[in-house]
Amino acid sequence: MKIAFFVPCYVDALAPQAAIASYELLQKLGVEIDYPDEPVCCGLPFTDMGYDQYAGDIEQTFVDHFSGYDYVVTPSGICTDQVRNHFTAVEQTPEVQQLRGRMYELVEFLHDILQVEEFPWASFPHKVAIHNACHSLRYLHHAKPSELMGPAFSKPEALLRKVPGIEIVYPERVDECCGFGGTFSIWDPDVSAQMGKDKVTGFNNAGASYVVSADYSCLLHQGGVINKLGLPLRTIHIAEILNGANA
Amino acid sequence: MKQVNQVKNASAFVKDSAHRSSHDKHLWDARMRRDKTAAAIPEWEEMRELASAIKKHTLSNLDTYLERFEENATRNGIHVHWARDAEEHNRIVYDIFQQHGVKTITKGKSMLHEECGLREYLAERGIDLAEADLGERIQQLDGQRPSHIVMPAIHKLREDVAELFAEKLGSDPHNDDPHYLNKVMRNDMRKRFVKADAGMSGVNFLLAETGGFVVCTNEGNADISANVPPLYVASAGIEKMIPGPEQLPLFIRLLSRSALGFAITQYTSHYHGPAEGQELHLVLVDNGRTDRLASETWEVLKCIRCSACFNTCPVFRRSGGLSYEATYAGPIGIVLEPSYDLHRYAQLPYACTHCGSCGNVCPVKIPIPDYVFHWRKEVVEQKEDLLSHRYEMLAGSKALASEKLVEAGEKFTLAALKHTPHALMASRFNPWAKAHEMPAAPEKTFRQWYREQQKS
Repeated sequence: MKIAFFVPCYVDALAPQAAIASYELLQKLGVEIDYPDEPVCCGLPFTDMGYDQYAGDIEQTFVDHFSGYDYVVTPSGICTDQVRNHFTAVEQTPEVQQLRGRMYELVEFLHDILQVEEFPWASFPHKVAIHNACHSLRYLHHAKPSELMGPAFSKPEALLRKVPGIEIVYPERVDECCGFGGTFSIWDPDVSAQMGKDKVTGFNNAGASYVVSADYSCLLHQGGVINKLGLPLRTIHIAEILNGANA
Repeated sequence: MKQVNQVKNASAFVKDSAHRSSHDKHLWDARMRRDKTAAAIPEWEEMRELASAIKKHTLSNLDTYLERFEENATRNGIHVHWARDAEEHNRIVYDIFQQHGVKTITKGKSMLHEECGLREYLAERGIDLAEADLGERIQQLDGQRPSHIVMPAIHKLREDVAELFAEKLGSDPHNDDPHYLNKVMRNDMRKRFVKADAGMSGVNFLLAETGGFVVCTNEGNADISANVPPLYVASAGIEKMIPGPEQLPLFIRLLSRSALGFAITQYTSHYHGPAEGQELHLVLVDNGRTDRLASETWEVLKCIRCSACFNTCPVFRRSGGLSYEATYAGPIGIVLEPSYDLHRYAQLPYACTHCGSCGNVCPVKIPIPDYVFHWRKEVVEQKEDLLSHRYEMLAGSKALASEKLVEAGEKFTLAALKHTPHALMASRFNPWAKAHEMPAAPEKTFRQWYREQQKS
């Protein structure tokens, strides 16, 4: 199995530790990894704001770099959702359709494809609150959203439960949006900030020491709010814990 | 009309912590009750699927069902009228009142009446109309539109209502006990109910097979308006149709559970003809519905106005319904209102974080999250977008298609984070800094790390 590793712009620049942990983790699990050493964008901000028409060249660049692999894996739910569900500014050739079907977010890849049973190198004796980004939750189906009826499941939680010592807690509002919403946080900063405050306060009230997520986009927003409020909470990407980070 | 600046309106509401936190809490509680009652029904998700399929079927054959309805309703003794738009609806209603010499009306809550601006239309013509739903009456007295389709005054606090009643009804401004306030309203409304020349209401479901209709309320306000006066005029959007009584229980089971988390509305009243000595009119209203039916977002017509999407929406709960300056606020509003007036409501589709919860609570499975994308695209294609956005996106599209420029952009961001003095970073030039500390700049990007790894 040969995969391509995609590092989104915001992860590369603002959360490289999440990408490094993901890369090292995949290596430990024996996956052959190609990293196209050139920055490429998935086109998300354009689709998000309604400017799909401008994203054709961007999506083509992405296709040029990432076609032909067994899987494309990325530590980002929003970018996976973009490629899998919204990547339509480029002509839908068989190559493009295949690429879209092979795009995986890290948690899904570990849980569904590699079906990892254990992380023997990991241990995390802390109280962590899981934050499922809305895109990962409702468009990639990482877990059962609270408003849908049916049997509960959570892929990130299933993975984290394999880490010795970890204690998992949830806030009262289990999966309410944290208000980041990509461009939303710039479009409507006041409402976005209030949602962020409510969210991290919920984590704090749940007694968590860490907020863990598969999406660093939400964590950048939440981290900024946590520091502004001076709460005793830290943010961490799920790959860091699974890769054996010892905080 | 001037474009609605929902963000600016919401900003005022979100900063008013007393109102915002009460609003957020009450609606979140409704969402929690909804989850609880839905969870008690093992077939809940199948019910949503079935309700969606019935609505799709009915809408796809709406012409046939409407004709069948008219035929059966007429046979039942209901006077059926057809209104192409809001203006025609209002004129028909007014003409009926003219013929009967109607001066005073009480009416049950109806979003269609809001949509048509009926209250204002009749007021201008000297007809005294009192809303009979408590929340809607509060909004009428305050000169505001309803902020929520099921709980019209949910954005207000008890003390706001006490103040308003004191001013308008002469009650004690310092007594905000709900029982007291209810009594004040009841005493005022009872006089009106008794002397009303006519009653009005909206409609929840039209039954093609029997030519009857169903009105659901929790206060019985529509019932008293429908049954006490000698003349009753109901208004229904044509999308309210379902095939017949066999399909009705499914929708009744879904409606109140989705709205407030109760098993059923307190009053679920069936009208299949005028009461003895009474005249019953029903106005069927299009007002853009057939155009919507032919459009890409036609499934908005499945909406049964339950408000589950309002209650779950994290943006709505913190923005308040009045911030949308529209008949329909919340998630369904931001994908519905642009079809009434794209210019005026061009900014509404952006009042959304794409969290997707609205699509999951919708009892008739309207793909609201997909429609948000649709309308943002439409706003751009029809050039109703903000110019600043267009230029940013154009410049961005050139830069992000180039590997070199992406890398340069990342480097610039990191340098800015590292070297900009905190005072400047946290100034008003950076809106993000109002509520966030800026992230610390990492020592190196992943790419730099990777390149070093490859060398060693």
